[in-house]
Formats: sequence, C-alpha cells, structure tokens
Amino acid sequence: MERPLRLISTNSAASAFGEAEGAPGKLGDELAHTLEALLVVASQPLSAEDLAVAADDDLARVEQALELLGERFSEGRSGIVLEHVAGGYAFRASRAAATACARMFERPVERGLSQAALETLSVIAYLGPCSRPDVARIRGVAADSVVAGLVERGLISESGRDEGGAVRYRTTPLFERVFGLESLSALPRLDDLGGTADEIRDRLEALAERRPA
Amino acid sequence: MHVRELELDLDAFEGPFDLLLTLVLREELEPRDVDVADVVVTFVERLVEQERLDLDACGEFLVLVGALLELKARELFPEEQVELADLDPEEAAEELARRLEEFRRIKEAAGWLLQRLEAENDRYFRLGPAPLVPRAELRIAPQQPEALAAALRGLAAEPPAVSLAHMGLRFPPVVQFLERFRALLRRRRRFDFEQEAAGLSRLEQAVAFLALLELRRSGEISIEQAGPFAPIRVSAGAGLRSGSGSVSREGSQSTPEEGDSSWNVRSA
Repeated sequence: MERPLRLISTNSAASAFGEAEGAPGKLGDELAHTLEALLVVASQPLSAEDLAVAADDDLARVEQALELLGERFSEGRSGIVLEHVAGGYAFRASRAAATACARMFERPVERGLSQAALETLSVIAYLGPCSRPDVARIRGVAADSVVAGLVERGLISESGRDEGGAVRYRTTPLFERVFGLESLSALPRLDDLGGTADEIRDRLEALAERRPA
Repeated sequence: MHVRELELDLDAFEGPFDLLLTLVLREELEPRDVDVADVVVTFVERLVEQERLDLDACGEFLVLVGALLELKARELFPEEQVELADLDPEEAAEELARRLEEFRRIKEAAGWLLQRLEAENDRYFRLGPAPLVPRAELRIAPQQPEALAAALRGLAAEPPAVSLAHMGLRFPPVVQFLERFRALLRRRRRFDFEQEAAGLSRLEQAVAFLALLELRRSGEISIEQAGPFAPIRVSAGAGLRSGSGSVSREGSQSTPEEGDSSWNVRSA
C-alpha cells in the first residue's frame, strides 16, 4: 500500500523517507508526531540522540523525520519554527511573529549586554574554558563584575578550576541558543577576524626602527 | 620661574608641585588620582605668561612630570611591570603587538556577536527549567529472588534460647564452711586455705573465703599472707569461740533467715 506521507507529500525527503524504510507512510507520520510532541514539551533543545531514545526509534529514521518537520515548521509556512541550535532541535516562534511576541515577552538574557560583556563573552567563547584573570589579561581590565553578570544571565557557567585554583568559565547551551548557533564551531574563525593586526604590528615595528638603538 | 613652586589646583590636590611629588613619594597621595595632563596644562599656561622660553624650567619640569608618569603607570599596570620587566625593548614591543592583536581579534569577535544578536533579535523561544524531568533509568544487576529468600530464611530462623541456668545458682551456706574451719582448727593449730579449698568449685571457694573473713572478723583466727597471691595461712586466733555469737549476728544481717541453707543470688 503506497500511502503518501501526510506531512509534505510532494517533498523528496518524504519519499526518500518512505522508500528507505520500505514501510507505510503511517509509521513515518507517527514518529513525526511523537517528535513534535517531545519538542513542544521541552524547554531546551533536544539532540537527535535524545529524541531517538525517547521515541524508542532508530536514529537515522529520527533524523529523517526531523528533516521533514524542519520543512513543515519553517519560516513562512508556520508560526512555529523548528531550528537546529545549541547541538539540538527546538521549536521557536517564527520571525514574522516577533513583533507580537515582543509585546508580550521580555528577552532578559540578552537585554542590555554591554560592550565589556560582549568582549568577555567572546574571550570565553573562543578561548574557554578560561578564568577571570585570563579574561582580564586579554581585555586589560578586571573582569569580575562582568563575569558575574554573564553567569547571572546564564550565558556562561563554571567549568572546573585551572592550575592556580581560579574558577574557569565556559559558554552555556543558552549562549548558543540566544546567538542562534548550532554549536561553538559555528563562530567565525578568530584568524579571519583580526585582519588589521598585521597593520598594527607593522606600525609598531616601524616605530621601533625609528627609535635610536 | 621655579618649577617646584608651580601652584597647582587639581581635583585631588591643591598646592605647589614639589609638595605634590613629596606626597606621592610618601604614598600619602595615590598617583592614580593625579591628573597629570592637568599638571602639564598648568605648567604650559605659566610658560606662556613668561616673556621668553625658560629652557631650564622646561627641562626640570620634564624630568619631574616624567617621574610622576612612571609612578602612575607602574601603579596602574603592576602585573605588566612584572611580566615585561625581564624583556628587552624588542621583545616587549613584540609582546605588546601580540597582545594588541589578540585583543583586536576579541574586539572583532565581540562586534560579530553584537551583529548576530541584532540579526537574531526576532527569534523568540521558550526558556526555563524542563517542566518534566526525564525518568531516571534504574541501573541494577539482574536479581535472584531465590538467593534473597535464602538470605531471609537465615535471618528469620529462631535464635537459640538463652540459658537462665545461672540465675538459679544456689550458694552453699556460709555456716557450712564456718563449721568446717572451726572443726579443722580444733584438730590442727593452722592450715593453708588453698589446700582446703583445692577440691571446691569456684562458687564454693568464694563462699569458703567469705567464711574465712567472718572468722577473722570475730577474732577466731588470724590470717597471714606473705604477698599478693601467696598462700593464705590460717591459724587459730586468740579469742577462740568468743565470736561465735557475733558471727550469727552478722549472718542475720546478710541472710534474713539464718540457717536457711538455700539463699541464692536473687535474694542476695
């Protein structure tokens, strides 16, 4: 019996899903429904592995079903959007509904992040886990209150201690979620950012040469 | 123009320049509180008022204000001073370039994060603790109910009955030994207690010893012992027989029924 998937019957992923399993589309529907249910209850991203365990199903099938859900719950098609973020899958509001959401909900995590906070966050995201002295060394000023503020917002958390006994920090999954990153590896490479560093070096070296030895 | 007498009017200090330096050197004034630029401006204003350029004053001022700047810089960057102290100028310049480069990148990264934040500003999602905690997975070894039952059976067995035999122990009457020792002393002047008590049970020995003490108290016998655990030698005392009455009186105190041969631990 060739019963098309109800989700997106014309979708190539859908037919691949049905054929690959050689099973009636109903099974795929049931799995997709289960995943929707799990995702709507969760308040943080769920990994495909977690979903497979909870749905008691094959990981490959779960990934395929997630792909289907991703197309059904996408910008422009639904007010709910499935996003792959912070190493997992989660529902969020569509961008189109952001204005309405803003009338009703706050965004306390990222509201009013200062330049110092963003710099500290960058240091910890790129070089973490690292301690407050590490941050202070790079930024040139004490980082204590900024770090405390970021911990309070839930963007960073403690992650062991260094050899000197100072607490080290790392970014949290919430950081990845707020900034819409699939993982920390989605950050641009640090080497690509400091394009003007050679310029600074050249200027300093030129100054050093002009000075009598 | 005397540089040292340059009158200053700063936020942290008001007075002549050399007093300012003195206070800083005595650590009574924090260099970080001194606005060096203000000092320079005051000096330049004073310089302008002069008709001709006072090179001596300029030189002296440069030396003094340079020292002040160094003090302030050292205080503001104490760690840098330690870290960079051992480096020669070339290395220090290299280190400085490296750090500026590092900081530059972090600043760029912070800029990228800010852009990202603005671009993602319209993504609303649910936050908060998980409303449902995943069910805890039980991790225990496969169980053997038979083994558990066997273990319980062992525990459930009735414990052996506790013997109460010792509770009913009968003491031989003290009088029995009193009579025995008196009879003995009528035949012999003296005897060894150990010899007489040799064949007796532990309990009988104790009662026999009690009888001995009774006889000693009434003066019927005298007791000698060379040292602890040495043989106890008993000999007839001076007041023979005189204490027999007192023995029975003593006996009536400790045993309510004198002559009753069956008092036991409980009644004692």
